[in-house]
Amino acid sequence: MTPSEGARAGTGRELEMLDSLLALGGLVLLRDSVEWEGRSLLKALVKKSALCGEQVHILGCEVSEEEFREGFDSDINNRLVYHDFFRDPLNWSKTEEAFPGGPLGALRAMCKRTDPVPVTIALDSLSWLLLRLPCTTLCQALHAVSHQDSCPGDSSSVGKVSVLGLLHEELHGPGPMGALSNLAQTEVTLGGTMGQASAHILCRRPRQCPTDQTQWFSILPDFSLDLQEGPSVESQPYSDPHIPPVDPTTHLTFNLHLSKKEREARDSLILPFQFSSEKQQALLRPRPGQATSHIFYEPDAYDDLDQEDPDDDLDI
Amino acid sequence: MFVELNNLLNTTPDTAEQGKLTLLCDAKTDGSFLVHHFLSFYLKANCKVCFVALIQSFSHYSIVGQKLGVSLTMARERGQLVFLEGLKSAVDIVFQAQKEPHPLQFLREANAGNLKPLFEFVREALKPVDSGEAQWTYPVLLVDDLSVLLSLGMGAVAVLDFIHYCRATVCWELKGNMVVLVHDSGDAEDEENDILLNGLSHQSHLILRAEGLATGFCRDVHGQLRILWRRPSQPTVHRDQSFTYQYKIQDKSVSFFAKGMSPAVL
Repeated sequence: MTPSEGARAGTGRELEMLDSLLALGGLVLLRDSVEWEGRSLLKALVKKSALCGEQVHILGCEVSEEEFREGFDSDINNRLVYHDFFRDPLNWSKTEEAFPGGPLGALRAMCKRTDPVPVTIALDSLSWLLLRLPCTTLCQALHAVSHQDSCPGDSSSVGKVSVLGLLHEELHGPGPMGALSNLAQTEVTLGGTMGQASAHILCRRPRQCPTDQTQWFSILPDFSLDLQEGPSVESQPYSDPHIPPVDPTTHLTFNLHLSKKEREARDSLILPFQFSSEKQQALLRPRPGQATSHIFYEPDAYDDLDQEDPDDDLDI
Repeated sequence: MFVELNNLLNTTPDTAEQGKLTLLCDAKTDGSFLVHHFLSFYLKANCKVCFVALIQSFSHYSIVGQKLGVSLTMARERGQLVFLEGLKSAVDIVFQAQKEPHPLQFLREANAGNLKPLFEFVREALKPVDSGEAQWTYPVLLVDDLSVLLSLGMGAVAVLDFIHYCRATVCWELKGNMVVLVHDSGDAEDEENDILLNGLSHQSHLILRAEGLATGFCRDVHGQLRILWRRPSQPTVHRDQSFTYQYKIQDKSVSFFAKGMSPAVL
């Protein structure tokens, strides 16, 4: 394979990964953690959608607009519609600038589209919304937004909708995570090892078995994806082949091995609490002189053998 | 400030980056030496510092500051340091009638939903003064510590909202820095503290985590420090790098060394 063919194959695989994440539409969960952050992958997907000519809306709650747009060239930045909920999400400044209804209102407003253009909505972050809104409300809004294109009414006029949600795994319990998982068409869990990031992608295609794959990747400064083979698994054995391995059992002050006679003696030992046939016979056939057992008791002077009041404390 | 820590973080008071949130957390040990480091660091960098000190008194920080070469009293007098002494203010707010909203207003209210008065105190303290020439380099907010707000009845989301607004104002609008300390409860199942710690970790640019040694107390090694850079600004630096060093706290400095390389055991 010539280097150019290899490069084309590489970009082909790169497009495949991002394409597969965006192709299904619906809700795509990007689950990240403190060690392996997911905002770069979110930005890579946003860039890919913008380059494909889709309408891209960003609901920015966690970082400022400047920080989110950093790294994108002006061509992409012009295509992004940014809804800024970073500066004053809770309307503490009491001005009228804030979008009425906050981020949830903005999300619900996106349900009322009628364009045939495919749309990508990036939620930065879904965790921010989940911490401040009731889980059921958020799930209903997400369902309404991401399933617009599958409504039976005018399905032909509304374009495909993809909702990319950045979710920080450590912040939420299993209940909300499970609910969002069920809503999602695709789940990408970010992880990695030895400085190499990986994405575990779980796709739920309709009427097909869910597929999962793990892809090693790195994100370049311009937010394009660079797929990789994964960390090399061979680890060099540390022992030097010239030095013979040392036997640690030499020069011991105690005996690790048993001789043949000792082994036989050990095997023929009867354990004290084992119920063997000899013991059974001994119990079934009692020895003569031990027919029944007697209890000899001489009552004291104070004993009152009253069966009805043995403790002698009833006041009758 | 501790010069060795500056070397590890590859920074000096004159070359520190702006617009960053640094998260300090400690687990099974006392991480307050990091607070003293950053307080003296930013005072030496000629920054305007707002210190929300909820744990110790002013004199405590002042005494340690003198060992590190800064005078908090003089900084406060010349307007470089705005110090909210939580311990004293809490007594004032509980026992005296307040006419105007107090930063620690939530202590009086039964169902205080948010920390908006505290945020407004911070914003007021750090807003640039129109005196013509810029006297201080950039504003810095220091909080010691946030876990005590949870103990005082605030929810984790309310504290996260407070930090969100502080980030929007101090880091983004005023291009300043923030340093906050959160305790890690570790094995104790404190869900609110975990949400606060993890939520802040995702928003931080630098996380310094002081941990006690897993094997217990040691006279020559007081703990280990994990340094995690998230979201580095230079693209050449590998994302999410993490380093671990062990340290020993002395009277006026802290010495750092690689794991297992303490001078006491070499």
